[in-house]
Amino acid sequence: MGNPNVGKSVIFSRLTGVHVMSSNYPGTTVGFTAGYTKVSDKIAEVVDVPGAYTLEPTCEAEEVALKMLQNPDSMLEIKSMRHVRKSVELHKGRHLLHKIFGRKKSKEDKDEQLKLEKELQKIGREGRKNIIVNVLDATNLERNLYLTMQLLEYGLPMIVVLNMWDDTRHTGIKIDLKRLEALLGVPVVTTSAINGEGIKEMVGRIPQAKVPANDAKTSEERWKAIGEIVGEVQHITHRHHTFRERLADASVKPLSGSLIAAAILAASFMVIRFIGESLITYVFDPLFENFWAPLMLNFSETLGGEGFLHDMLIGTITAGEINFPEALGLLTSGLYVPFAMVLPYIIAFYLILGVLEDTGYLPRLAVLVDNIMHRVGLHGYAIIPNMLGLGCNVPAVLATRALESKRERFIAATLISIAVPCAALQAMIFGLVGAEGGGYVVMVYATLFISWIVLGFIMNKMVKGYSPELLIEVPPYRVPPPSILLKKLAMRIKGFLHEAIPIILGAIAVINLLNIAGVFEKIAKFAEPVVTGILGLPKEAATALVVGFLRKDAAMGLFAPLDMTAEQLVIGSVVLAMLFPCIATFVVLFRELGLKGLLKSMAIMIIAALTAGGLLNVIL
Amino acid sequence: MSEKRLITLDELEAGNEGKVVEIKGGHGVSSRLEALNLRVGKKVKKVSAMMMRGPITVDIDGKHIAMGRGMASKVIVEIA
Repeated sequence: MGNPNVGKSVIFSRLTGVHVMSSNYPGTTVGFTAGYTKVSDKIAEVVDVPGAYTLEPTCEAEEVALKMLQNPDSMLEIKSMRHVRKSVELHKGRHLLHKIFGRKKSKEDKDEQLKLEKELQKIGREGRKNIIVNVLDATNLERNLYLTMQLLEYGLPMIVVLNMWDDTRHTGIKIDLKRLEALLGVPVVTTSAINGEGIKEMVGRIPQAKVPANDAKTSEERWKAIGEIVGEVQHITHRHHTFRERLADASVKPLSGSLIAAAILAASFMVIRFIGESLITYVFDPLFENFWAPLMLNFSETLGGEGFLHDMLIGTITAGEINFPEALGLLTSGLYVPFAMVLPYIIAFYLILGVLEDTGYLPRLAVLVDNIMHRVGLHGYAIIPNMLGLGCNVPAVLATRALESKRERFIAATLISIAVPCAALQAMIFGLVGAEGGGYVVMVYATLFISWIVLGFIMNKMVKGYSPELLIEVPPYRVPPPSILLKKLAMRIKGFLHEAIPIILGAIAVINLLNIAGVFEKIAKFAEPVVTGILGLPKEAATALVVGFLRKDAAMGLFAPLDMTAEQLVIGSVVLAMLFPCIATFVVLFRELGLKGLLKSMAIMIIAALTAGGLLNVIL
Repeated sequence: MSEKRLITLDELEAGNEGKVVEIKGGHGVSSRLEALNLRVGKKVKKVSAMMMRGPITVDIDGKHIAMGRGMASKVIVEIA
């Protein structure tokens, strides 16, 4: 446990080999993750808990931390049941994918984790001892000690970890560790988790965790005790402002900050586009055209060029050539859409997002846009979940837990699932709509952006409850080590492959089967008044809108063979983006907002999507 | 001896320093600010203020915190 953004998740990853998301802003961890490791021959279940400044929670994420402290056993019981089920699923269904995509090492890690978990379950809950590992930012001792003081009052054995120890050297901070240990009455160790320094020593000292004597009870007493401790153990030598600090100041000043934000966002967009398009043009397209296409054509001949199996696997072949986005076979579009259209943009987007996250730029962006965000009933911090949503809406909706009020969470989650297109959908928009001209892509984005503003504005007026003011810690800029960036990128790409490919393949299989069975004709006919009447789309587009509930990228792919005009593609993309969240987002929305919240949110989605689509149909 | 004045953190000019003497408002605001080490007796330096009454950023012991104007106007600082 510890304050937000002190590196708890990095330490957790180092301890267990289980990769969890970490970044340089408070509020990355909003739920908890359990992993296993060995501490002096005993098995330990390690739990990564969201950060908290105090034990008086101000948001859902901090509440999780408090509950974990008060009743760890019951919290973990629920978790481990879920965890085990997930593991079993993992082993059955994803074994093959693991073989193909997962590196051997990570599989071994997972097996090791499962083995430890099983052994631990044999021991049962009673034979266990709970130990608090309190992680502190060594460069911010005074403030971090407040939570430490509160934790000491719980009377659990504890060990204090001063993380970011390497930073104390160049910030001119000296801490007398022996003295600190004596004053706190618990073991104190130092780590630089990002570089892996000190982790072994930390594990070695965990068994020495002690229940300390402590009698500070009110906040005044706590701060007084902290004042005495800090005065005695910490010495700060004066130093000059570094370039990074000057840059940090400049990025929250109105004029320089706006310029920096504009430059960073424009550069991010261009770099993402450049990397994405380069990967498509120079890597994935040639692979499919030069290697996969001849193979598939051969295979098509072997299958006799027609029939059920041919339609399922290869799809339609026009004039002896395979049009990968349009063919709609499992082995053609089913692989081309995720690998050659979506994956390149996933790689590009998450690489840049990782840099923005780990350098610590995002909280500064939060300060800059706070004003605008208040117009839509949110505050600046909400820009972070919205940005995450440009990657995938699922973690974005989860990230809204770091917002303080229920109203904010509802507005943010609804806005994200309506008007923030995920990277997979965006990649397809670039691919299909972009082929008609860049102007049409701009139209799609402009419509979504306007919808975001208008809906936010309306919800700000209509949704009851309060929206608090911004209060956020702005962390120092850091240069993230490339290894950490790449690990995070790898984790997200793996996540995409695991989640997306089975669903895309499944969706295409179901589409083909239903198509053969003629079900889609019925759906198309049924939905015709809305789809054709209001939106001006061909009635077959209804299928795509239905499939959008499974995955947006696969759904967008269904527009490809429909011979739609550029204008129709724009309308189709907008409606697809806004109408329903994909099933995964749907599930987290239900979990985060409850049934009533979900239904309200869905009603807004449908109205908004039809209004935006209908208006576009009239205008274009 | 220079004269001491009491103003709110909101009114403090960017680039200037002050010492916190009081945090008004309910327990909620003061305890949240306190948890971020913005508390009575601390020296704070205002780094910046966004235009149109946007949030301000302050420096406390080298650490930056950003907060809305409403909160900032509840923090009373003493300037030399």
